[in-house]
Amino acid sequence: MALQSLDITARSATTTPVPTARQTTKVAKLIDISKCIGCKACQVACMEWNDLRDEIGTTTGIYDNPRDLSDQSWTLMRFSEVEVQPGRLEWLIRKDGCMHCADPGCLKACPAPGAIVQYSNGIVDFHEENCIGCGYCLTGCPFNIPRFSKKDSKAYKCTLCSDRVAVGLEPACIKTCPTGALVFGSKEDMILHAEGRIADLKERGFSNAALYDPPGVGGTHVMYVLQHGDQPELYAGLPKDPGISPLVSVWKGIAKPLMSLGIGLAVFAGFFHFVTAGPKEIEEEEENRS
Amino acid sequence: MQVTRRQFFRICAAGVGSSSLAALGFAPGEALAEVRTFKLARASETRSTCPYCSVSCGLLIYSLGDGAKNAHKEIIHIEGDPDHPINRGTLCPKGAALLDFVHSPNRLRRPEYRAPGSKEWKPISWDDAFSRIARLMKDDRDKNFIATNEKGETVNRWVSTGMLAASASSNETGYLTQKIARSLGMLAFDNQARV
Repeated sequence: MALQSLDITARSATTTPVPTARQTTKVAKLIDISKCIGCKACQVACMEWNDLRDEIGTTTGIYDNPRDLSDQSWTLMRFSEVEVQPGRLEWLIRKDGCMHCADPGCLKACPAPGAIVQYSNGIVDFHEENCIGCGYCLTGCPFNIPRFSKKDSKAYKCTLCSDRVAVGLEPACIKTCPTGALVFGSKEDMILHAEGRIADLKERGFSNAALYDPPGVGGTHVMYVLQHGDQPELYAGLPKDPGISPLVSVWKGIAKPLMSLGIGLAVFAGFFHFVTAGPKEIEEEEENRS
Repeated sequence: MQVTRRQFFRICAAGVGSSSLAALGFAPGEALAEVRTFKLARASETRSTCPYCSVSCGLLIYSLGDGAKNAHKEIIHIEGDPDHPINRGTLCPKGAALLDFVHSPNRLRRPEYRAPGSKEWKPISWDDAFSRIARLMKDDRDKNFIATNEKGETVNRWVSTGMLAASASSNETGYLTQKIARSLGMLAFDNQARV
């Protein structure tokens, strides 16, 4: 069809319409936290596929390795020790990374045309060659995911392996997961799969088991099955009701149009003054003095 | 270039005006984007077995080039083999990191020999290594081989040497390994798959 192998639904700081005629399948990654053993094969497969190598860090007594997401680590297992019921310790391990929101705060906040795009299959992708390194995506993201590179001052995050998905493959993390905690498919199928898992968890006594697909960001294309669906904060601070920061809507919704209007008005006023009052005549003597 | 004060103002106004027009959306970028090109599109795909543990997961090893005479194969990516019955495409963190294992500067690329009591490993040739192993096996077998038991029955046992084979072998390799060990009369014969 066109140059791109995946159709675009949205593109940062772009006002031209995007092609919408073709209907493509919405994809999703489902992370079943109850099946995860924290082996970090997904982290390794992600680094291997995307040609990333993070710095070797230091141990400070917790299992999170590396300590935080970075331009070289696009996914990370976050380990939480919690006592949901007194005396019953639970080790909750959440695979952190981009949630690929249907309503992406990063894309809304981004002022660089084409630096962030959303494909029609649901993937939100950063195109670093267009990134100006302003950091607005960090403010816009409700999940605190994008990270700056110290090398090139551009923002990086999980691409949901858009290059693999574009040719019909599953993302690298999904393929490698030895326990089947990570699954990938159409969003519809993933919701069905999650329902089966939730029913199973409820039978096993996790009465609050639920799917995490937060409506505050229009749903996400990376979803979690949570044993304690009523308390997502237990899982290393997963926000209960994420939404795009009001700063983004104030800036993009009010301040920016007002500013554009101001520029337009100034141009119009100048032109109006030129037509009614005419250009200022300059006497030769004054010109010579200046 | 001489620029008068008024000309300077005009240049500034023109600059601000044109950049404002672009900001107002009079020169928008086209809504195009492209994903990163799939890096394995024409890479050579080779099936192999993970060398780490006894589970022996199936691998797909991708290397540069299409196998042409002048193209030197360089491994660029390794992932699980989805058709392998053991792992069906999955790999543990060690298996998923095999690319760096292959390219590691610490990887053992040739046989090394440490003499009894010595602290140093010395590189030796494959021929030397095989000759030495064969020599020691032959000497030991000649000395300790049991052809018959006390009742005079033929047993052909060699119990003073054992063999530990790898688990990451194909059926064919396993068959040959078994033939060699048993034909020498070896009884102590085990495999890493039991580890």
